[in-house]
Amino acid sequence: MKRIYVNEKWCLGCHLCEYECAFANSGLTDMVRALKGKTIHPRIRVEDGEEIHFAVSCRHCKDALCVQSCISGALTKDESGMVRIDREKCVGCLTCVLVCPYGAIMPAPDGHAAQKCMLCTDNLCGEPNCVKHCPNNAIVYEER
Amino acid sequence: MELFVHGDYEVVRNPDLCIACRVCERQCANEVHWYDETAGKMKAYSDKCVNCHRCVCLCPTHALKIVKTDDTYKINANWNNATINEVYKQANSGGVLLSSMGNPKPYPVFWDKMLVNASQVTNPPIDPLREPMETKVWLGKRTVKIERDEKGRLKNTLAPQLELSVPVMFSAMSYGSISYNAHESLARAAEELGIYYNTGEGGLHKDFYKYGKNTIVQVASGRFGGFKGYLETAAAIEIKMGQGAKPGIGGHLPGAKINEDVSQTRMIPRGVDAISPAPHHDIYSIEDLRQLVYSLKEATEYKKPVIVKIAAVHNAAAIASGIARSGADIIAIDGFRGGTGAAPTRIRDNVGIPIELALASVDARLREEGIRDDVSIVVGGSIRSSADVVKAIALGADACYIGTAALLALGCPLCRSCHEGKCNWGIATQRPDLVKRLNPDIGYKRLVNLVTAWNHEIQEMMGGMGINSVEALRGNRLMLRGIGLTDTELSVLGIRYAGQSL
Repeated sequence: MKRIYVNEKWCLGCHLCEYECAFANSGLTDMVRALKGKTIHPRIRVEDGEEIHFAVSCRHCKDALCVQSCISGALTKDESGMVRIDREKCVGCLTCVLVCPYGAIMPAPDGHAAQKCMLCTDNLCGEPNCVKHCPNNAIVYEER
Repeated sequence: MELFVHGDYEVVRNPDLCIACRVCERQCANEVHWYDETAGKMKAYSDKCVNCHRCVCLCPTHALKIVKTDDTYKINANWNNATINEVYKQANSGGVLLSSMGNPKPYPVFWDKMLVNASQVTNPPIDPLREPMETKVWLGKRTVKIERDEKGRLKNTLAPQLELSVPVMFSAMSYGSISYNAHESLARAAEELGIYYNTGEGGLHKDFYKYGKNTIVQVASGRFGGFKGYLETAAAIEIKMGQGAKPGIGGHLPGAKINEDVSQTRMIPRGVDAISPAPHHDIYSIEDLRQLVYSLKEATEYKKPVIVKIAAVHNAAAIASGIARSGADIIAIDGFRGGTGAAPTRIRDNVGIPIELALASVDARLREEGIRDDVSIVVGGSIRSSADVVKAIALGADACYIGTAALLALGCPLCRSCHEGKCNWGIATQRPDLVKRLNPDIGYKRLVNLVTAWNHEIQEMMGGMGINSVEALRGNRLMLRGIGLTDTELSVLGIRYAGQSL
């Protein structure tokens, strides 16, 4: 399965991916309208150390702890291997947030459900927007 | 007290578009942008801005632009703003003014005053997509003697050659002046394109020995990083006598830029300034130059061509004649608009001559003396496009060096601040957090794209002239006509005026 990978060597910590993610999932076609004056809730987060930067999003684990721990069946693994979340089924218990070892699932801004990266299959982009706009090819979408 | 000198450029932010993502702030090594938390707004200290366009390029909503400041002293055609500011800066510091990249002053650009011919009716143009079009060139001595062995078979007496798939090479830029990632990009692109890149006088990093087949190593007045292995790895050896951006002076890499890697590659102590003297202290005549040429040939068993690079200066033709007789295989001439990682401003802006004129006079002189075949001529110093390459070849060059154009392909915005060591594009810096901004996987592809595109254009222009190989274009000055040139300029360039037939 093609996944999003981050090459730490090339990640500059510019945080553009976070804004591109928030824009992609805003449902709007204009970035300024989507993001101006708003607090963003991206599904990818850049972790910054002193000189190290690393963008983290869902790894779509083979044995996904979040899927195993989901009490409502909202988190599933589809035939391609992608971990999906069904907002309608999610009861907002946030167990998945607790168990994810990467911190890649977080509460959605409305607080009633969890949210996670679905490789931009759940929005208008069709391909991961963070990958498309990474200025240094640090975030890649590939088969490994 | 230091007089405040206003910056040349101002950051203009469209408040309707800025989403305060702070990407500009994180990407600016000059610390221009900052986030005012109380106001919830991005702000900028324009005085620190070098106009490198990193923020403009990365701003996701295109909210930024950089404009020339309209702050001005009283308008004065003689004492303009830049001139006054330079006096203030020198009165503040007591130092020599430093600059980077090529001469930006409005001197005439002769490439733009030459027009290329095309075929009509009697000698039809050639379509390079349908018919063969040769852009491969060989650099080196073209003199051969007919000699036979005892069995009567012809001996190969051709001197070693460089084979180029396109008449373009990446010019000398040292590791130190540019980053590891910039070097890797150039090396990988040269390998893929079947051309050469040049180490400059910085030695060759141990990781790049594997690109030796496509490497020209430089031996300059500081002799940094040179040893037998360095010479043997390379495809050719270049003796640097001068550089177009700073003829007559040497180089100075500040100790701050000499980190562990640069120190090992240059074979000099860490943190100590690397000074290249103005002259080679063992070369004061053509005879001395000949000794170095043959020392290098001897060390490499006469298997590699030796290039001698000079800056384009008033006596370039006579100097080139001497070089051709020194045993060198290739002469490289660097015009006064050539780039640099750091040069005194006065030297860069006032010393040397345009490459077009130097090339024309060198080629004419060598032909007059019947020694043109003893050497190939490579020219650099602001070759900006494939059209410049075509015109250079028609004036008599065998190939061109590109440095600035190559850096532009890597993202360089020509902000001319290399000497400050804070290149926001990861090119002219050794700061690890900045160097990583240039991913060679992207960089080398952009270089390959550039040269590939130029190759297509060279083929199109040659096809239009009804010429199907670079060999047939070389020195073919009848393919050029001048426009807006004086009689003297036409005679130096050796071309006719537009409208004049054969």
